Amino acid sequence: MTVTLSHYLIVAGLLFCIGLYGALARRNAVVILMSIELMLNAVNLNLVAFSRYLTPQVITGQVWAVFIMTIAAAEAAVGLAIVLAIYRQRQTVSAEEVDLMKW
Amino acid sequence: MGDVALTVAFIVFSAATLVGAIGVVTIRNLFRAAMFLALSFLAIAGLYITLHADFLGVVQILIYAGAVAVLIVFAIMLTHRPERGNPPSRFRASALIIAGLLAILMIWAAVQTTWPMSGQPPLDATVPALAQALFGPYVLPFEVASVVLLAAMVGAIVLARED
Repeated sequence: MTVTLSHYLIVAGLLFCIGLYGALARRNAVVILMSIELMLNAVNLNLVAFSRYLTPQVITGQVWAVFIMTIAAAEAAVGLAIVLAIYRQRQTVSAEEVDLMKW
Repeated sequence: MGDVALTVAFIVFSAATLVGAIGVVTIRNLFRAAMFLALSFLAIAGLYITLHADFLGVVQILIYAGAVAVLIVFAIMLTHRPERGNPPSRFRASALIIAGLLAILMIWAAVQTTWPMSGQPPLDATVPALAQALFGPYVLPFEVASVVLLAAMVGAIVLARED
């Protein structure tokens, strides 16, 4: 078996769906953030695989992966700070109990 | 790298990635879930290296397996209340259906599409090419990304500060 682009895309797709399931099916806000990180990693894996197999001499896919990592790091820092602030105010990190902005 | 070695590496790292991810979304113990997340990040770094993206593999280990994993462990320790447990939400069944359908759709699309494959060999060293791209055509996004990081850092400090 030779590894091709489709194999990487399947792994990345499965990783994204696992992350999506975690973001939808868990209550704890920290687990939801972890699932979002998994989804961002799946996207990065896609970009790098496309870069390797479709344009191996041009490195654009990897450049975009670097930008996504930067934004993901910023998202993780701000997201966890918000979770900490909510915990300090309400003594909970359950996404179902923090519903002040729900219609 | 030989073809067989590449295939074996791909299978091992993919399995570790997916097992780690499933661990993150199913395990009740939050600290163990964070360790599975770190396993998943490390295996993705391995996958990058099988894709000849050596610099991204190292960055993945530094940022994700290092910084983000530590940040998440800190958040778990600061907010965890074991007596409350960690129950799944009431959307669990529908989430499983949606994620499963999306997975089937994406696998079908990945297998059915004819990609315009390039037979060219990958670059031997990606660091010079990445540096030239980041400080050449992509210098404006690069500078904007640094402003975003600064804003996120200040924002995180303001949000998490005790007052």
